[in-house]
Amino acid sequence: MTDLVPISLTVNGERVSAEVLPRLNLADFLRDQLGLTGTHVGCEHGVCGACTVRVNGDIVRACLLLAVQTESASVQTIEGLSDSGEVSDLQAAFRDRNALQCGYCTPGMLMAAQDILIHEPDADREQIREHLSGNYCRCTGYHAIVDAVEATARARSEQAR
Amino acid sequence: MKASAFSYARASSVVDALDLLARHGDQAKVLSGGQSLMPALNLRLSAPELLVDIGAIEELRGISVANGVLTIGALTRHVDILRSAEIARHAPLLTDAIAHVAHPAIRNRGTFGGSLAHADPASELPACALALDAVILVRSRDGERRIQAADFFTGIYETLLAPDELLVAVEVPVAKPNAVHFFHEYARRKGDYAIVGLAASGILDGDVFTGLRLGYFAVGDKPMLAMASDHLTGRPVTTSMLADAQTALDAEFDPQEDQQATAGMRRYLARQLMARCVSTLLGRQDLETRALA
Amino acid sequence: MNGASGKKSGLSVLDRPNSYIGKTVPRPNLDRLLQGRGQYVSDMVLPRMAHAVFLRSPYAHAKILKIDATTARAMPGVIAVVTGAELAKVITPWVGVLSHLKGLKSAPQHAIAIDRACWQGEAVAAVIATSRALAEDAAEAVAVDYEELVPVTDMRTALDPDAPVIHADLGDNLAFERTLDAGAVDQAFKDSDEVVEAEFVFGRHTGVTLEPRAVLADWNSGEERLTVYLGTQAPHMVQNIAALHLGLDEAQVRVVCKDVGGSFGIKVHIYADEMATLALSKLLRRPIKFVADRVESFNTDIHARDHVCKARIGVSKNGIINAFEIDDVTGIGPYSMYPRTSAIEANQVVNLVGGPYTTQNYRARTRVVFQNKNVTCQYRGVGHPIACSITEGLVDLAAQRIGMDPIEIRRRNLIRDDAYPCGSPSGLKFEALSHHASLDKLAAMMNYDALRAEQAKLRKQGIYRGIGIGSFIEVTNPSAAFYGVGGARISSQDGVAVRLDATGRVICQTSITEQGQGSESLTAQIVGSVLGVSMERVRVILGDTDNTPYGGGTWASRGAGIGGEAALQAAKVLRKNILDVAAAILQAGPGDLDIVDNAVVNVDGGQQRIELHELARIVYFRPDTLPPGFQPELMATRHFVPREYPFAFTNGVQASWLEVDPQTGFIKLLKHWVVEDCGTLINPQLVDEQIRGGVVQGLGAALYEHCIYDERGQLTNANMADYLVPMSGEMPDIDVGHVVSPTLESELGAKGAGEAGTAAAAAVVTNAVNDALAPFNVTITEIPLTPRVVLTALGRI
Repeated sequence: MTDLVPISLTVNGERVSAEVLPRLNLADFLRDQLGLTGTHVGCEHGVCGACTVRVNGDIVRACLLLAVQTESASVQTIEGLSDSGEVSDLQAAFRDRNALQCGYCTPGMLMAAQDILIHEPDADREQIREHLSGNYCRCTGYHAIVDAVEATARARSEQAR
Repeated sequence: MKASAFSYARASSVVDALDLLARHGDQAKVLSGGQSLMPALNLRLSAPELLVDIGAIEELRGISVANGVLTIGALTRHVDILRSAEIARHAPLLTDAIAHVAHPAIRNRGTFGGSLAHADPASELPACALALDAVILVRSRDGERRIQAADFFTGIYETLLAPDELLVAVEVPVAKPNAVHFFHEYARRKGDYAIVGLAASGILDGDVFTGLRLGYFAVGDKPMLAMASDHLTGRPVTTSMLADAQTALDAEFDPQEDQQATAGMRRYLARQLMARCVSTLLGRQDLETRALA
Repeated sequence: MNGASGKKSGLSVLDRPNSYIGKTVPRPNLDRLLQGRGQYVSDMVLPRMAHAVFLRSPYAHAKILKIDATTARAMPGVIAVVTGAELAKVITPWVGVLSHLKGLKSAPQHAIAIDRACWQGEAVAAVIATSRALAEDAAEAVAVDYEELVPVTDMRTALDPDAPVIHADLGDNLAFERTLDAGAVDQAFKDSDEVVEAEFVFGRHTGVTLEPRAVLADWNSGEERLTVYLGTQAPHMVQNIAALHLGLDEAQVRVVCKDVGGSFGIKVHIYADEMATLALSKLLRRPIKFVADRVESFNTDIHARDHVCKARIGVSKNGIINAFEIDDVTGIGPYSMYPRTSAIEANQVVNLVGGPYTTQNYRARTRVVFQNKNVTCQYRGVGHPIACSITEGLVDLAAQRIGMDPIEIRRRNLIRDDAYPCGSPSGLKFEALSHHASLDKLAAMMNYDALRAEQAKLRKQGIYRGIGIGSFIEVTNPSAAFYGVGGARISSQDGVAVRLDATGRVICQTSITEQGQGSESLTAQIVGSVLGVSMERVRVILGDTDNTPYGGGTWASRGAGIGGEAALQAAKVLRKNILDVAAAILQAGPGDLDIVDNAVVNVDGGQQRIELHELARIVYFRPDTLPPGFQPELMATRHFVPREYPFAFTNGVQASWLEVDPQTGFIKLLKHWVVEDCGTLINPQLVDEQIRGGVVQGLGAALYEHCIYDERGQLTNANMADYLVPMSGEMPDIDVGHVVSPTLESELGAKGAGEAGTAAAAAVVTNAVNDALAPFNVTITEIPLTPRVVLTALGRI
């Protein structure tokens, strides 16, 4: 057995102090120790995107990060993005367009969608598809998701004008 | 799949990291971006005793240009390369290649040094290093070594890096005025590992290649600089020269057979890539392999 | 349109004011999922909960000689290490056969293997510890002595006289064989101008639900009750099986199903490791959670569609198809899956080949053989994708042989839209389909002629695009003919209980289940429409055997057609009961009143007479003010089961437009179309999204997905980097249109829609690839269509 490592970070704006085993990955830390089960586990090898969260503003795979690596970091999960209202328009678009069915990919998908909306606000359908190509959805076949992201992009750019 | 237990040390400096590596040898693994290491740990394909996290070492970050040399710190993330104006100007092959590496969430963590040290034969950046004639800077407690990319990669996940050494930076000669580059890979889906890929860099004087470095990846147990490029340099390329180059290329490779392709298919695709590269760089439709919609 | 028993009595839900039927409304309760606040089994935590990890056989076929868990038992956090023999004291084995599949045989299967492991990945021991990680650590320390046995890994040779027999007691590796000979097939082939033959090969693949299988079993020894938290499509089936094999009464078992991260049939089955988890909870007297990891999922989630089929079609020069014939072999696992059997898929293939077409000459044989590979069973679409790929592939080959356009040959052979009711040579009964109207609509939607012109133009430039068309029929709303007649305790009926609560809101309990397709929404839409109540005031409870009526659940595209009709009928009764109360309160005739917008109103003139919450207040708290002797009843339950037609068939047609690069073998999907006739559409957007999702699963099968076993029975690509699933970058936009032929078996008229997308997607992609490559004279009848397959067919490698 190895020693516990103390870490101190911010999760969804809240200061968190914990003692963790080095091998504990961020996804399991969020889910099991902080009860933030909105971040989902689908593969544990970084391919499916279900565990996508934000660390220091960048989207990352929580299954490929150790909790100990988040010392002093700012982590945001889907719960945080929801409560702050940052993605409320995107969530509404998903709801109206039925861009989710079982909901398992949805938190990660919203993270990735918000990422392209921030970094490439003028993205077209093909670019949206490319940016989301690391997030597996088995239910929707992606068409509705692309529609919802595209609609949100248009609405945001109209608001910006 | 949960990783086996290991200890963890966060190195505060290169000296600190080298000290840890010297003490623990091959029982330690360097944690850089973790995008290749973590899957291996989670799948229990790897079970080191100690992870040395180099993520906090500022000295390993940064991109700079001086005296005709572009220096890229080992901790430079893929996304940093994608967004770097210096790299777009001085090594645009990297800018093109990086867009093919995995997906945004992976690119936000994965590092240039990590990718080279991991040496997956199907990955893009080692082949780019070959094409760009890069020099890889490696440090141990005994000092620093400079290793040509052409020598660095020795096998599947194998490099000249010793267990007590750290890859600290990569130097790339800045692109000359008449430099050209080409990047393409055949992959089933965006972000997948290539079935076969080509990173090429050269000098084009009029319609003559005076230099051409063809860095193939996913063609064997390591990335390969194709000697067949000799058939394409020094005079205007004809279809017959291209055919000779493709024949020579076949003989250079010993590709693996796997679920994606037979050895013969990899050779075939490598030849297609050569034609595509040459026709694109020269603007010569007659040499062309037509791209998809 | 001809019909069955035809008459509709009384109210039609389609006539109601402000009806939600046919409306695209957002599903209720999506915010929960959008905020990451759903509750999937893997999210659940119970006091004293422990984690199970299964040690799995690394060999496809091996005797288990010895298991030494001494070291493992002493490791940190380990609670127990349990072998198959130990667990057999708590849980009995099962056999996956049903009597209506004549001759189907299978060997008993244990929750954890005893003495012999029969596929790579079969569990041979369970390690229970305080965390998954600690259990995995201990599993590494369990020493198992195996003696390797010769595995059966090639279905083509599994029936050879010298092939090793997996279960000696069964005599051979043949699980099931069925033959069919209808019409006059030999004469029909003799009379044909052309007979085209092909061998169709299908890559075994699997569901890859994003949430892996997960179960939390909670045996409460104080209550002597087992609560099973499981993302199952059929909670009552699980209740029955758990009770049966654990020696309990069904009343001692509660199955709870909250959010499920994708199922598609994968989670309609019950798995050995899940049964083991239930037994472990009983044995250890505490909650036990098992969450499969991705590698385990690939090795143990049911696989499907592992077929090789020789097939022929006889056609005349005028385009008339005279006969179909198939000889199919499918390789399943070492056991027929329990309780739905691994023979249903092959049985469906025999039933469905040729289904849309007029010819009555059809001969078929299917043989289902055991192999030492993972078990197989029903996965979205079941046999439809195989039958459709074969049928539509043959039709295109026939068209090509006689030089006829693929749409034209279909026009000459599809059953006419006015020919119903009628039947297929395999005994299927069709109530009312719309093959021609659907094909016409498809041709218009895709602008077929324009695409043909574009194809011709691009071909001259060395660009090879193709069009693939495929008609299909789809089994939905199954009656007891599917499972019940074979002795399975899988219900073919469903029930809904609706009540008006004390604040005038409506609560529905339904026995269908939700995996994201919209079961909750369709129930609320129907109930809201019938009752005249707005959807926001309707709450739907599902997925709990303690709190819903008894029913089959959601599978085989039955949720809307069967569960929806039960909701409709129950709501009708409640409506009548409410109006009886209102009439009593208002001293009116019940026929003078209606319910609109949450209030009782006059039929004439529409004025509001009393709001539902006020009516409820009176019933629940002031019944003293009601007329003497009057007993109000604000709750009603109705069940529904299809009685006349064994299945409500739907029909549709799909098209694919794609480009093939003959230099590299790569295929780019450009566009996809579907016209689907599934009867009454309750929520058009939800139906379309089911179709899109189903199509993409079919596209995955067409191009990417393959569980690749080596000759030793090792699954070589059990991870998401090597097993390729469709991602957004490569998928096309999918246009969906509808024709509507309601079923007259129910008032709702809804047939099922969940599996239609998967049925024909691979067929039309294959047809499109062959169409694109027609100038090269190649025909490919194998999926997945990888670059390697294409380049090989073109002779380039």
